[in-house]
Formats: sequence, structure tokens, C-alpha cells
Amino acid sequence: MPTVAGLVAIVFVVSHIIPSDPAALVAGEAATPEQIAAVRKKLGFDQPMHVQLGAYFWKLMQGDMGNSLFTTRPVWDDLSGRLPATIELTLAAMAVSTLVGVPLGVVAALRRNTWLDHAVRVITVGGLAVASFWLAILLQLLFSMELGWAPLNARLQGFPPPAVTGLLTIDALIAGNLGVLGKALAHLALPTITLAVPGLATLVRFTRAGVLDVLQSGFVQYQRAMGIPWRVIVWKYVLRNALVSTVTQIGLLFGILLAGAVVVETVFDWPGIGNYAFNAIFSSDYNAIVGFTLWAGTVFILVNLLVDLAHSAIDPREARS
Amino acid sequence: MKALVFIVSRLYRDRSAFLGALIILALVVVALAAPLLVSHPDAAWAMNPQVRLRPPGGEFLFGTDRMGGDIYARVIYGARITLTIAVVAVGVSLLIGVPVGLVAGFYGHWLGEVLMRVSDIFLAVPQIVLAIAIALTLGPSIENVILALSLTYWPWFTRLVYAETQSLKNEVFIEAAMALGVPPWRIIVTHILPNVASPIIVRTSIGMGFTILTAAALGFLGLGAPPPAPEWGRMISESREHLPDAWWYALAPGLAIFLVVMGFNLLGDGLRDILDPRIRRAQHGRG
Amino acid sequence: MAAADILAVRDLAVAFASDAGLAQVLDRVNLTIRRGEVMGLVGESGCGKSTLARAVLGVLPENAARIGGGRVMFDGEDLLRIGPEEMSDRVRGRRITFIPQDPYGSFNPLFSVGDQVMEIMRWKSKRRPEGERGYPRARRAADRAEAIELLRQVQIPEPEAALSKLPHEFSGGQRQRLMIAMALLPQPDLIIADEPTTALDVTIQAQILRLLRKLVKGRGISVLFTTHDMGTAHEICDRITVLYAGQEMETAPVDAFFVRPAHQYTARLLDSLPNPDREIREIGGEIPRLIDPPQGCRFHPRCAAATDICRSQRPDERAVAAGHVVRCHHPHEGARHAA
Repeated sequence: MPTVAGLVAIVFVVSHIIPSDPAALVAGEAATPEQIAAVRKKLGFDQPMHVQLGAYFWKLMQGDMGNSLFTTRPVWDDLSGRLPATIELTLAAMAVSTLVGVPLGVVAALRRNTWLDHAVRVITVGGLAVASFWLAILLQLLFSMELGWAPLNARLQGFPPPAVTGLLTIDALIAGNLGVLGKALAHLALPTITLAVPGLATLVRFTRAGVLDVLQSGFVQYQRAMGIPWRVIVWKYVLRNALVSTVTQIGLLFGILLAGAVVVETVFDWPGIGNYAFNAIFSSDYNAIVGFTLWAGTVFILVNLLVDLAHSAIDPREARS
Repeated sequence: MKALVFIVSRLYRDRSAFLGALIILALVVVALAAPLLVSHPDAAWAMNPQVRLRPPGGEFLFGTDRMGGDIYARVIYGARITLTIAVVAVGVSLLIGVPVGLVAGFYGHWLGEVLMRVSDIFLAVPQIVLAIAIALTLGPSIENVILALSLTYWPWFTRLVYAETQSLKNEVFIEAAMALGVPPWRIIVTHILPNVASPIIVRTSIGMGFTILTAAALGFLGLGAPPPAPEWGRMISESREHLPDAWWYALAPGLAIFLVVMGFNLLGDGLRDILDPRIRRAQHGRG
Repeated sequence: MAAADILAVRDLAVAFASDAGLAQVLDRVNLTIRRGEVMGLVGESGCGKSTLARAVLGVLPENAARIGGGRVMFDGEDLLRIGPEEMSDRVRGRRITFIPQDPYGSFNPLFSVGDQVMEIMRWKSKRRPEGERGYPRARRAADRAEAIELLRQVQIPEPEAALSKLPHEFSGGQRQRLMIAMALLPQPDLIIADEPTTALDVTIQAQILRLLRKLVKGRGISVLFTTHDMGTAHEICDRITVLYAGQEMETAPVDAFFVRPAHQYTARLLDSLPNPDREIREIGGEIPRLIDPPQGCRFHPRCAAATDICRSQRPDERAVAAGHVVRCHHPHEGARHAA
């Protein structure tokens, strides 16, 4: 928690020394200097920085993140309204990275130095080097404009299935509406792929290195010497050991995805939190910027807690100590 | 010197690291020799609306952009911007991050605690988010992109150096030097720094690639060098309004980013294998 | 091979590829194990003991090891001619089991001891019909009961509770007892024990050795026991073969081996042991490099009795007494000279 507080303080200070005058923006173009001064006073911008910061923390403890200067709605409402879109995208990307990345890493390690391993290596090296906004454009060019397989932009709009989770794909599934599900998935596909690529590459690398390491260990040699089937050794025993370090990476991956979401949501016009943050930054929307940072920092820390929990699920030694 | 010869000869044997080194060398050469590689000195800035959005071929190798600028010349000159940003930003990060990590790791106590807390705060949020906020605060320019990237990248070096220094501090040879009354700064310079040099070098190479990607993203979002400057990220951003007709618009700058980042990553991986065999073993920790 | 032999290694040659070249780790080695006996394979570190053990099991590192020739006859069948799949399925863990040197690293730290014991039972239990894929409940219960009984025999306290514990909750000695139990569970014909007591405290070593000997003798199981420790070999073995730089030098029943060694190397090896009656005598010289090994008898550069023929020709087997074979051109006769 102190980390999040420090983070908020830093971003708060940084965002408040942005040279543009948000009071003038809020008051409108025709406003007189007096009107602007009145807005400034009303918003508390005439106070010294530390007073503003103190007031912000005081309100924050009461669950109030302030109002967005741009949308004029409470930042909390803005964020929670856009949360499902981001969660849907991030979870989809996380699922793709993990479900493709981990098996690919294992197979590359088992087939070390074969053409398959080299091919996987090319993919991972490329995946870490490609700029996501460029990849997004290439995907749009090919799949939306040339082939017409996927919609160009944005999330599925209109005719939403009854909202239960807010995640369109899940809700469509709950409602049993396969048509909507298909459309929602089509809209989700390109942003997901774009967002998933760097994380996927990272997971492949870590899983491969982890598996290679575990393959050297005494217990693998022992089980081999006892004639336990190789597939059992690999997929039951080795994988679990390799996953101990991979799980940490999946936690870190969330940070990568969050950062990627700012760019990917902007490129695909995806109505999520990353897109919101980008717009907030461009309209000098202090409360929105600080609110987003607070949200991102908190999520990051929560994910790290989850990673610790996952660790003890995989590693029984931790659960018992 | 001997160490350098060793590294170079090993790099030569590792094909992919060698490829990475070649790409970086090419980047440096292109950046330095940019004026020699284009038809006339202003080619990267010249606007010729009458030839706007020409496809590749003939006079324009990579086509032209919305202003009729030669994309080939702009990509060539863009190498200068990219290289400057990466070198200066990573350099400044090194200058901040390494001393802070050494001091925090060597002295510990409350000072180390405070320094590490501060760097943790920076690491709690994705670098690009902080960099966007800072770049925006300062206004769009190359200098400000460099500043934003430096201010957000140094904690990575601090973390790394801190961890290495802490474990080194308990080594017998450091304890012996302290018992002999060697002044702390001398221990740091002569004993600790050389031992943390390898991971720093590896991190520097990978950090260059990472920084180039982030810088390009800032440019793409409109926070980099202002318009006439041939910045790769911004060029890709501009292309979006002219798709799918001008399919070539984003191709060359995107490929340039891809190649350069890959070059630094390949070199970094190769250096890691050569300099730091411990890294592979470190992952074994819990296995 | 005679019907009384369970294992007969004949002229086995194994080389390892390395950056510096091909290392000739085993040079036409011979070794015989009779049914129901504990055969010791002794020698200094790097002499090829573990390589020989691994070659018999068929688990030499695939990328580095090259088998240059020879046969590994096990119960009338050449193991070198069996494919890797079949070797793993039919021979390893079933007819030949293994006790590793390191009881710490040989358990997977993330799985309970029970998981790992039952994994062996699932695939290697005598109750398993050929090719069975699943693990039926009835067989599992019977296998589990058998495992618990064996854990009791290797003196693991509260065997049922032990199965649900993690490896790190056991001491090194207990873990090695578990390893012995796991090697016995499939009711094999041969156990390969690769320096099984080296990692243990000296006080525990003797207990484990006695336990192992008692259990295998009671079941009529043969053992190939490698060790670099003469005391250990004396304690547990019926016969001993001594290996030097990848060549076997001498094979003898345990008493003859210690009292009347016929090979210069054996005699020097025994002289190098601590003895309260005299000073320790070092062997002198260095262990040869296996990339460019000495011709003929590989011990000749360090041998006081070496002559020209030793430098050019490897000696044939020569019987000096019943069951006592030496490969030396100038074997020692009579009892070991009183020190």
C-alpha cells in the first residue's frame, strides 16, 4: 500500500505541473479571466500542491477519486464503466499467451536444437521486437481491409446480450446467443492477438529455459532410470517444476499487458481503461490520470498477491511453512 | 582488453548474437552516414505535394508519405533520432541507476531502504504510462522523450545492481577488504563494480531495444519529436489515415523498428550467455 | 554367459564427445554378476563406474555418449540391442531398478513421497498387466498396501503417514531407505546401486548397508554396487571388480580381494587406505587423460613393475585362483605383503 500511495503522489505532482491550464479548458473558450479564476478556485487549483495532495488523499479514503474534468462524471464511475472492456481484452490476451506460450516453450525445450526449436526461437525473438501499434496496423491491413475477416475497429456495439459479467463474450455465452458470441469474438480477435504477442514471447522463453533446467535435475534422471514413461515425467513432473518460475512471469506479464493496453486500445479504439487513460492524458484530466495510475498500481499489486497464492498451490513446501 | 577480445571472439561463434551485432553496427553506420545515403541533404524534410502517396518503386524506394516526403530518406534520417534517444536515455538511466543501486546495496540501512522504496514506486506502474505522463507534462520534443525515458528506466538498473551488490557484500573477499580498512568507495570501485559489470552490460543491450520500442510508442501517440522530424513511430501513426490504399506507408518504418530492437535483443541474449552463466542457474532456485 | 549369471558385460566400449575430443571412458570392459550376489564395482572418481552403471540401464546421455561396441547380456538377452522404448517399458524399473547416489536431489521436491512411490507402482508393479493404460482402484489399493509394508521393512516410522509427506520432511538416511524401498517394490532381478551411501553420514552408512544386504539376500536379488570406498565395498559385497581409467583390472571374491590382491593397482589402492600400523602410501603419478589414454595397460605409467609389453598390449584375463581373475602381465603372487 505505501507503494501505491507513493505512486499516486508522484503522478499527482507530475500531472499537476502540466503547463496547460485545465481551469481554462473547463471554463470554456469564451470565459473571462474572472470566470477562469472562479473555476480554478472551485476546483482547488489555487491551493499549494501539498494542500491539494492532502485533500485528494482525504477524499480518496472516503472512496472518492474526484470528477473527471473532461467527462465531468466521477472518475470511479468512468473507470468501472470501462473496466469490463479492458478486463475482457486483457484476460483474452493473457489466456492466449499462456495457453499457446507454455506448451510451445515445453515443446521447444524437449526438441532442443531441432528445426522446431529454431522456429519457436524466431517467433519469440520477433515477438519481443515488434512494435504493437505496427503489428496492429499489419493485422488490420491483412485481416480487416484485405480479407475482410475481422471488423476493423472497436468493440461490438448495440444489441448487447443481457449484462451479467459485462464481458460480451461471456454474457453472450450465458444468454446462449451464439450469433452475438461470434461477432464479439471477431471484434476481440485482432486486439487480443496484438496484445498477446509480447507476453507470449516472454512466456515461451521462460518456460523453455525452465524446462531445460529441470530436465537436468536428479529427480528426472532418477525417474528415467526407473523407466517411468517419458511423457509422464515431462507433462506431470517437469512441467510443474518449470511452472514455479513461469507463474512469476505470468504475474509480470500482467504489467506488460496493462502497458500494452494503453497503446492497443488506442489503435483499435477499444472503449477500455487504457483508451480512457490516453484521452485523459491528452486533455490534462488530472483526476482521471491519477485515478488510472491508482487503479493500475493496485491491480499490479493484487496480481502479485495472486501470484504468491498460485505459488503455494504449485509448490506444497510453501503452503506448509 | 583481453576480456574484449574474448567477448568478440565468442560473439563471432554465436550466430544470432553476431547477427544482432551486425544489425546494430548497420544502424550506427546508417545514422552517421545518413547524408551520403540520400539523394540530397533535405530529402528527409522536403515536401512535394505533387508526388504525395506514391507507391514504392522508381525514384522512391519505399514510396512517399502524405506530404510527398521520401519515406526511404525519412527512415534513414530516423535512425539518427532513434539512436540518439536510445543511447542518451539508457546512458542517463545508467548514470542514475547504477550509483543508486551501489549505494543502496552497499550501505543498506535506512538509506538503502528509502532508495529502493522510491525505485519500487517507479516499477509499480508500466513504464510507458509514466513516460506518457512525463512526456506530456514537458511537451512533445526529442529532449523530453529522452528525459521521460531516463526518469522511468533507471530503476531497472537500480534493482539489478542492488541485488548483485547485496549478495557480493557477504563474499569473503569483500569482507576481508573491509576488515583491512579499505575505504568503502574504493571497495565499491575496485571490487564491486567490476563484478556487477556483466549483468549491467546485458541489461544495457536489452534496455536499448526496450527503450527504442517505448520511444516509438510515444512517437506513435504523438508525444515524440514534432511533425517534420522523421520519427519512425510518428510515421506509422500518420499512415493510419491513408490505409488501406497507402499500404507501404507504415511498412519501412515498422520494419526498421523491428530490426533494430531485434538486433539489441539478440546481442543482449548472446552477451548474457557469454558473460553470465549464472543467470541460467539462478532460475533453478525453486526446482 | 553361464546360466548362473544374471548379467555379463563383454568388451563394452563407451566414449564421450567433448569440446576437447573423444574421451575413451570405458575400454572393452568385462564384468559378470551371478544370480543373488552383491557385486562391487570399485575405483577412483572418474574411472568409469557410473558410466558402466548407466550403460547397463541404457540411460547414457544421448547427445554425448557413443557406444563403441560390446555386449550387455542380461538374463540371456543383449540389452544394447533393445530399442529405447522397450528398454524403458520392459526392462528399466521392472527387471533392473536403480538406487541413486543423491537421495536429496532424486526426489521431486514438489510431489509427496506417496505420489512418487505410487508412480513407480503404477507402471512397474508386478500386478500390472501388459500395456495397461489406467490405474484400476483394486490394483492401486493392493500396490499401496505392498508399498506400506515395504516402507515398514526399510524401517520408515509410520509408513502410512510417510506417504503423504513431502521429501524435504525426511532426513537423508530416511530418504535413502525410501529409495531402497522403491528399488525393491517392482521385485527386480537386479538392482544397480550407484554410490548409494556416499552422500550420507558415516554413522548412517553402516545401517543402510546392512539393511540393503539383508533385504536383497532375503529376496535373492542381485546387486551391482559401485563405490569408491573400500570399507563400504568390504561391508556389503560378495565379489569385487576394480576399475581403473576405464579398464577392469581385477575381479575377486571379497576376502581374496583384500588379502591377496594380484594386481599392482589393487595392492597400491589398498596400501593407500588409512592403517593404524603404518603410514599411508600414496599411489603416485596421475590419473591419465582419457582423451589420449596410455596404450596397453592404462595403469602402466604409474606401475613399478611395468615392462615393454605393458606399454603396447592390454593383458588378457588370467586366473590366479578359483574365481580370482586379473588382467596383468606381471600379477602379484601370494598374500599381500605384511605391512
